[in-house]
Amino acid sequence: MTDVFKALADETRRLILDELATRDGQTLFEICSLLIARHGINSSRQAISQHLTVLESAGLVTVQWRGRSKLHYLNREPLADLTQRWLNPGKDAS
Amino acid sequence: MKIHLTSVFVDDQRAALDFYTDVLGFQAHHDIPIGDDAWWLTVVSPEQPDGAQLLLEPAGHPAVKPYRDALVEDGIPLAQFGVDDVQSEYERLTERGVEFTQPPTDLGNVTMAVFDDTCGNLIQIVDRW
Repeated sequence: MTDVFKALADETRRLILDELATRDGQTLFEICSLLIARHGINSSRQAISQHLTVLESAGLVTVQWRGRSKLHYLNREPLADLTQRWLNPGKDAS
Repeated sequence: MKIHLTSVFVDDQRAALDFYTDVLGFQAHHDIPIGDDAWWLTVVSPEQPDGAQLLLEPAGHPAVKPYRDALVEDGIPLAQFGVDDVQSEYERLTERGVEFTQPPTDLGNVTMAVFDDTCGNLIQIVDRW
């Protein structure tokens, strides 16, 4: 859970999730293009790649290979756990 | 000074010529044997026959594979071609079996898409350049 909060604490990482929510299954190149064009974020590909690693280790992003390319998908499960904790208390997530 | 030729590495030059002409619609310009199963092989756009040539270069050098694999993994295209309309080109190529790693994407002042050239590269198409 701590990882989820840490991952969500960064604006660029939240924007990455926004873009994956709009269109799931994107390459690093596509994510970088959208961050520049739609949000004016000019971080290097290496920096965005590191953000994706943080999101991945928090379980918010999963990776699947299609052919020789790596696609990133939004995983909403950790977010559902958050709503379970405060918005829906008393109901055991398990 | 002019840019008159640039290149992409291709796994198989004859298959690459087929894809770049039959599927994409370029035309062969030079096709000159230069040794063991290798050709000086270039294509040009029929819209610009005197324009820049694209050299379809053999990918045999050992540095090529790791270089291209790393770029394809991250979805990074190696060349950019200009089209009148990205969406209609996307539909035309998809019908021909071309796989896109990125469908037409509106970036505000330009629409772009990225496809696999079946020769080891990703290629970007844009409608404004």
